[in-house]
Amino acid sequence: MSSPALAVKNLRTHFFTKEGVAKAVDGVDFEVAPGEVLGLVGESGSGKTVTGFSILGLIDPPGRIVEGSSIRFNGEELTTAKPERLRAIRGAEIAMIFQDPMMTLNPVLRVDTQMIETVQAHVRVSRREARKRARAALVQVGIPSPDERLNAYPHQFSGGMRQRVAIAIALLHKPKLIVADEPTTALDVTIQGQILFEAQRLCRESGTAMIWVTHDLAVVAGLADRIAVMYAGRIVEMGRTADIIERPMHPYTKGLIGSVPSQNTRGHRLAQIPGMTPSLLKLPAGCSFKSRCPIAVDKCNEMPTLEEHRPGHWARCWRAAA
Amino acid sequence: MLVYVIRRLMQAVLVMVVMSALVFAGIYLIGDPVTMMISPDASEADRAAVRTALGLDQPMWEQYLVFVNAAIHGDFGKSFLAGQPAMGLIFDRLPATLELAFASLVISLVIGLPMGVYAGLRPNSIGTKTIMTGSILGFSLPNFWVGLMLIMTFAVVLPDMISWWPRLPASGRGTTVDVLGVRLSIFTLDGWRHLLLPAITLALYKGALIVRLARATAREVLPMDYVKFARAKGLSERRIVGVHVLKNIMIPIATVSGLEFGQTVAFAVVTETVFSWPGVGKLLIDSILLLDRPVVVAYLVVIVFFFVILNLVVDLLYSVLDPRVRLESRAS
Amino acid sequence: MTDQALEPAAVAKPQTPFRRIVSDFCENRLAVFGLVLVAVSIFVAVFAPLISPQNPFDIASLDLLDAKSPPGTVSSDGSMTYWLGTDGQARDMLSAIFYGMRISLFVGFVSVAAALAIGTAIGLIAAYAGGRLDAFLMRIVDIMLSFPSILVALILLSLLGKGIDKVLISLVLVQWAYFARAARGAALVERNKEYVEAATCLALPTSRIVFRHMLPNCLPSLIVIATITLARAIALEATLSFLGVGVPVTEPSLGMLIANGFEFLLSGSYWISFFPGIALAIAIVGINLAGDQLRDVLNPRNLR
Repeated sequence: MSSPALAVKNLRTHFFTKEGVAKAVDGVDFEVAPGEVLGLVGESGSGKTVTGFSILGLIDPPGRIVEGSSIRFNGEELTTAKPERLRAIRGAEIAMIFQDPMMTLNPVLRVDTQMIETVQAHVRVSRREARKRARAALVQVGIPSPDERLNAYPHQFSGGMRQRVAIAIALLHKPKLIVADEPTTALDVTIQGQILFEAQRLCRESGTAMIWVTHDLAVVAGLADRIAVMYAGRIVEMGRTADIIERPMHPYTKGLIGSVPSQNTRGHRLAQIPGMTPSLLKLPAGCSFKSRCPIAVDKCNEMPTLEEHRPGHWARCWRAAA
Repeated sequence: MLVYVIRRLMQAVLVMVVMSALVFAGIYLIGDPVTMMISPDASEADRAAVRTALGLDQPMWEQYLVFVNAAIHGDFGKSFLAGQPAMGLIFDRLPATLELAFASLVISLVIGLPMGVYAGLRPNSIGTKTIMTGSILGFSLPNFWVGLMLIMTFAVVLPDMISWWPRLPASGRGTTVDVLGVRLSIFTLDGWRHLLLPAITLALYKGALIVRLARATAREVLPMDYVKFARAKGLSERRIVGVHVLKNIMIPIATVSGLEFGQTVAFAVVTETVFSWPGVGKLLIDSILLLDRPVVVAYLVVIVFFFVILNLVVDLLYSVLDPRVRLESRAS
Repeated sequence: MTDQALEPAAVAKPQTPFRRIVSDFCENRLAVFGLVLVAVSIFVAVFAPLISPQNPFDIASLDLLDAKSPPGTVSSDGSMTYWLGTDGQARDMLSAIFYGMRISLFVGFVSVAAALAIGTAIGLIAAYAGGRLDAFLMRIVDIMLSFPSILVALILLSLLGKGIDKVLISLVLVQWAYFARAARGAALVERNKEYVEAATCLALPTSRIVFRHMLPNCLPSLIVIATITLARAIALEATLSFLGVGVPVTEPSLGMLIANGFEFLLSGSYWISFFPGIALAIAIVGINLAGDQLRDVLNPRNLR
């Protein structure tokens, strides 16, 4: 891959709480090429959201990125960057879209205020010019009557509309990378489809790389070029979408795919992965999935490493080739 | 919206009528105002004459009707002691009290708000712990005690110890200027010298409440998603706190400040007594102690009216500040 | 689901709720300091006759020659030292403060206890009865709470006249509404819980359900309100006495002592007002410091 937009190596983000150290992200490696869509899939507590926040440097105490982690954005190391540099990057070169659009827009400020301030935070333009750019962004995401919308307050919008506004804000400075954290989870299925379509179109058109964080494999199957599956703070499988969906190697991924309802499963009981995600404060030694895995053996008491069992297809399992 | 305002105003009138009746009946029962005004060795005839002159020989309900009739015309009777119309006395001294109340409101906001926001931003710093302890002192120490201490410090002890320390006056109001027929002292330097200590005394309680409220709201708002999103957009901390957080804090602060303003005017009674500030509060205390019934009744009616209007204004203000509320009411 | 991932490890040894409350409370040194202040105040108040160097109400023991003596003066007959000076009637300030604290605390505690009892009863009845009675009672509570307590107390006292009993009545009337509202709020939460339904099904008498079952669960918030109200009551009584409408001159509370000394403030005999003021502040601040921490500790969210 030619110089990646984002290269994450050995990212470890730990939360130092009174009850112990929660290792939310514990050794994550991946790369995203320019214009590529990477789907980051996992359950709640897998560390996918924390990974997204770590990239933007938005981890609040008691959490922090531990030494030895590296996040290189276009060759620039973010973990050691000065706060002022990070602030300049956020919103301009790396943008983020959050899960719940109602809470991400400040309810007491108008939409145009919130968009104009984003523009003016990074370039010195007049208010009028900033408003023009905001309006253009709204048009780009397909919001009708943008002038009226600009003067409105967030609660006057529907959920899907608000999320489009959030996407518009993310696109204002034509970022090289967008981290989208479950942007469609709070929306209707139909709206979800529209948003996915828009997102894909925009990425193709502008060459923006995207990390799409989700717990729903189905959502990302049609959208992403590559998928990384996370479990208990680590990546357990990573590869091209088609490979992951059709020839999954890790038992967890297989479980995920099997539990998605589809034409094939109609009339049958949905497969479930037994058990629950372990507490991040008390991770078991060895493979974290061991207690729920149908094919666990003694060797699994030793933590497996992420190996490229097939070209471009990595898995963290001793029995992956099986 | 108009219907709402009218309904509230009618409620106000009802409350005022009830209050005035209660107060009138109650005050009628205490003591004999005549004894206060006549020398002890006056004859019974003299007493009777005074009683008739003041209309005190009529049965109570007759007196009440006379009172109501006059009240509708804004006439609350003449003060027993001063001989002047009671309402006139009240209005004469109202500007002084309002001046004091507003000055203290401004002081409490200007000092309390930044401290509260700071305490919310840095919950574990030493500054915050000091501020929070100070706020406990602020709302627990009685008004008059604070006034006393301030007088001792700034009017007695410090000027005595340090020769160049300016001596702040401990009583009275400064030079006034006539503004649109109202006499105000905030436009003169001497006025401020006199206003400062009483205003600070009055501001302490409210300031402490504002500090605690601002801190609590800030702590609620800071972890919200929209603050995190604002950071993700690359906004400066100054903008995040100064605009996003502050606008959310202002709503409860404004509501509480508004409601507390009524309490402030009430507590001005104590402050005015301590500092001999010629306002409506001092008038009330004097009138109560000397059984000057018309003045007390007039004061209460004014206060009730004031409270009701204040509540109404605060309600309207709330709907202006919070866009979520405003639009809902317009739709309904 | 995310929360499950951060579950704390199991607590080592179980504690009784009371012990945990005490240990949580003691974490805050300032609150413990406040508690010490309160203890000192109560001690002084209870043992005033025993520990006062002089009985300031015994006119015979006063020597007018010693009036307005500064702190530290020895009395003219050499029998005692006026540690905190004397007032205009040659009363020893230290003794006057002890007795004054007694009255201040007495009025405070008694009025709060009465307001607590009355207010809680009314609040519980309103919550349990519901409907029109509830609405009516709460209307009254709202009206009472919307007026500044000082004005209400002033008017009441001007109607009732002077005397400690009248002061107590006024204070109770001003405070009961807080307790009523709190008790009703807590009771409403409890009322909807299953154990009340269960008790009703068992046909337990209403009074038993209300007082034996609902009341204990309302206690934490009531205790918190009681401490706050106690400090306010003491401050209010002091204010009223200062204004001249509170306790009579024969039984001076700290507020009255301060009022007596006010006229001497600017002429130099500051101690007549100053030391009673300090004593008052000690009591009030102590209660508030301890009460603040108590509120944090007893917060229902932290209790479960």
